[in-house]
Amino acid sequence: MTALLKLDGVSRSFKGLRAIDNVSLTVNAGEIVGLIGPNGAGKTTLVNVVTGMSPATAGRVHLDGRDITRVAPNRIAQLGVARTFQIVQPFPRMTVGENIAAGALFSGGARSLADARARARELAQQVGIGDLTDQPAEMLTLARRKRLELAKSLAMRPKLLFLDEVNAGLNPAEIDEALKMISKVAQSGVTIIVIEHLMKVVLSISTRLVVLHHGQLIADGLPQEVVRDPRVAEAYLGKRYVEASRGPSS
Amino acid sequence: MRTAIILVIGAALFAALLLLGSNYAIRFATIFAMYATLALSWNFIGGLAGYPSFATAAFFGLGSYASAILQSSGIPMLMAWPIGGLFTAVFAAVIGLAILHLKGHYFAIASLALVEFLRELVNINDQLTGGGMGLNLPVAHAGVTQQALFFLAAMLAVTIVTLLAAVVVSRRKIGFALRCIQQNEDAAIMLGVNARWYKAAAFTLSALFPGVAGGIYASWVHYIDPSDVFDILLSVKPLVMVLLGGLGTLFGPVIGAAVFLVLEEAVWRSFLTVHAAVLGLLIVALVLFLPNGLMAIGRRRRRASQA
Amino acid sequence: MIYLQVLANGVVLGGLYAAIAVGFSLVWGVLNVINMLHGSFIVLGAYVAFFAYGLFGLHPFLAAPIAGAILFAIGFSLQSTVINRVIRAPVLMTLTLTFGLDLLLNNAMLQAFKADYRKVVLDPPLGSMFIGPIVLPLDRVAVMALALLLTYGLYRLLRDSKMGRAIISVRMDREAAALMGVDVMRMQAITFGIGAFMAGAAGSLLSIIYPISPLNSITFLGKAFVVCVIGGLGSVGGAIVGGIALGLIESFAALWFGPEYTVPLSFALLVAFLAVRPTGLLGRRGYE
Repeated sequence: MTALLKLDGVSRSFKGLRAIDNVSLTVNAGEIVGLIGPNGAGKTTLVNVVTGMSPATAGRVHLDGRDITRVAPNRIAQLGVARTFQIVQPFPRMTVGENIAAGALFSGGARSLADARARARELAQQVGIGDLTDQPAEMLTLARRKRLELAKSLAMRPKLLFLDEVNAGLNPAEIDEALKMISKVAQSGVTIIVIEHLMKVVLSISTRLVVLHHGQLIADGLPQEVVRDPRVAEAYLGKRYVEASRGPSS
Repeated sequence: MRTAIILVIGAALFAALLLLGSNYAIRFATIFAMYATLALSWNFIGGLAGYPSFATAAFFGLGSYASAILQSSGIPMLMAWPIGGLFTAVFAAVIGLAILHLKGHYFAIASLALVEFLRELVNINDQLTGGGMGLNLPVAHAGVTQQALFFLAAMLAVTIVTLLAAVVVSRRKIGFALRCIQQNEDAAIMLGVNARWYKAAAFTLSALFPGVAGGIYASWVHYIDPSDVFDILLSVKPLVMVLLGGLGTLFGPVIGAAVFLVLEEAVWRSFLTVHAAVLGLLIVALVLFLPNGLMAIGRRRRRASQA
Repeated sequence: MIYLQVLANGVVLGGLYAAIAVGFSLVWGVLNVINMLHGSFIVLGAYVAFFAYGLFGLHPFLAAPIAGAILFAIGFSLQSTVINRVIRAPVLMTLTLTFGLDLLLNNAMLQAFKADYRKVVLDPPLGSMFIGPIVLPLDRVAVMALALLLTYGLYRLLRDSKMGRAIISVRMDREAAALMGVDVMRMQAITFGIGAFMAGAAGSLLSIIYPISPLNSITFLGKAFVVCVIGGLGSVGGAIVGGIALGLIESFAALWFGPEYTVPLSFALLVAFLAVRPTGLLGRRGYE
């Protein structure tokens, strides 16, 4: 069985600084992978590399067996990779409905503008902003904008969906709603990679955990195991803390 | 719909103007048709896609010279015009590859430089183009009024075709894509929009019709020279007309062209020498007080009354 | 041997071009405004020198700071009253606005001074200097030297003075600068004013070399564009590198292809640079 997403020794450098360093990773269809790591670890860069926004400077990326390392980002989107942005980026002066329709029209296989608009209305309902379809996107509150981002991505009928810090700025009730929605999306057959720094959130929905630190992959496995990995604790809390909490050597 | 009412009134005035039959009226109408075409064309790249192009004069001039040179090689006028237009469109598509990845100011300057570059190039290659001495075009053997009406019809035909193209673009995927690109190009790409292709298409459209119009213009005035057809004002005026009428709207360019030209005629008659200064003042006032154009005035009032 | 002469011509020309461009580069790099009035500012500065010489016998080199001051006042007022209102607007708006303002200014100059070409003819003329086999007209060398001095002055101003630091901070982060107590609006007006000052002073110096007429303003503007794109925005070094590069290219192009090719060549170069390396040879800086 071919993996859905396969990264082979992928690196991405910016003027000598290695944001991503030799990362190899395999994601199978149906997984919900939590991608975690301290600030600046390279999580968003990794998403940018896979989606083609910031192509890899070394290594290869495969989607469904197909090499997409050098493919243009709009083509990768059409091949089934969608992502949400940390800082939400709608088309401000277009309506909510039009925003979602764009996803359907340009990647989601909608046959016409009318078809795309119809699908947009359905999806808006699904994510809970169904009564806002005629509002200009720039007027939405943050929580609703996040829903819009999700709806836009879903309109693309993705195989693989990157959720980049979807919970930033949300209150606990809103986060719970978001998690329920993510589960539903996963159940509908979309493979999800969640970038999140709220541990409890990530642990509650991920089937697998991957940890990045200084651009390198330092842990990859079942959530319960990864959280107990000393290297992970070190990455988040620093060497001294880990050693101190271990107490005098036994 | 407000727009429909304005257009019906406009068309009625237009017809009345023609019925007057005076050559002055016909001439004015022809210029209107020409500028309406230029404004509508600019709207594809400047209004819809949001790329501030100053290249309209380059395309107009190129079309003028291409068609004039073709005619002096024996090709009949009615064939030279579309071929000149096509040549200009291909030129735009090729140049687009080099400059459409630029944003904002850089793109604007590149498009501006295009005008200057082509003008000087035409000036230098005087063997082919007559250089600074200009190029003469064959005069038809027909009455003055007949000729005037003929060229009006030709210009108007191009305007109508351009308008139709604008309608089609606005209704279909390409219009939608351009609007997405204009509001957030990166997000659009991530959604699957092939921005490069759509921008190139918009740029080519913004060149095709001015190219043809340039050819018709050359035949109409029977004589062209580089500073005449590669005049930067031919880039700026259509732009201002679109701003006046409403950026990115469908009929805004046409309405803006009409209002602008009427204003210009009025000013020209009273302020001959300071004509350019008044144009400058108009532009400044427009940008400062009416950035969304005339169409927005009603909208603002309506929204205020609903509040 | 002729190459040496062409080289020397190119360098001297380059110095002049750098002077023409540095104010333009400042405004574009710091305010992100393309000042279409720049060419007209230069011409206006030249007129100041012309009339100062004709009426008071004041040498254009001495008139330069006066011309600069007058243009500073004009630039400052324009920015604070009109241009500030669109400074955050899309490129289209700011370009169109400054274009419209330039139409006004240019036409006003045409009305006031007519289109006839004037020139400041120094009496006695400066003559030429000889460095080995190379002939250098002294007026050009003097203007170039003074222009570079002026440019250096700007550089020191930006680097060492409190005002200079404030200007740079506005470029880097407007909001942060405001939070630090910088009067952003005022700094923007001052910056535009300084750009105008440089243009006016340069115009005054250039009045002994180039013919003066409102019809020339577009030529100066064009040169400024090309220099900024080739050299890179936002740094004095960029203006100098760009200026000298353009000067050398034009000199050699005139030699190899003929002088009529210099203008289209410089525009072709502009487009080429924009296509391949829009940030120019030195890259875009925050005006350090």
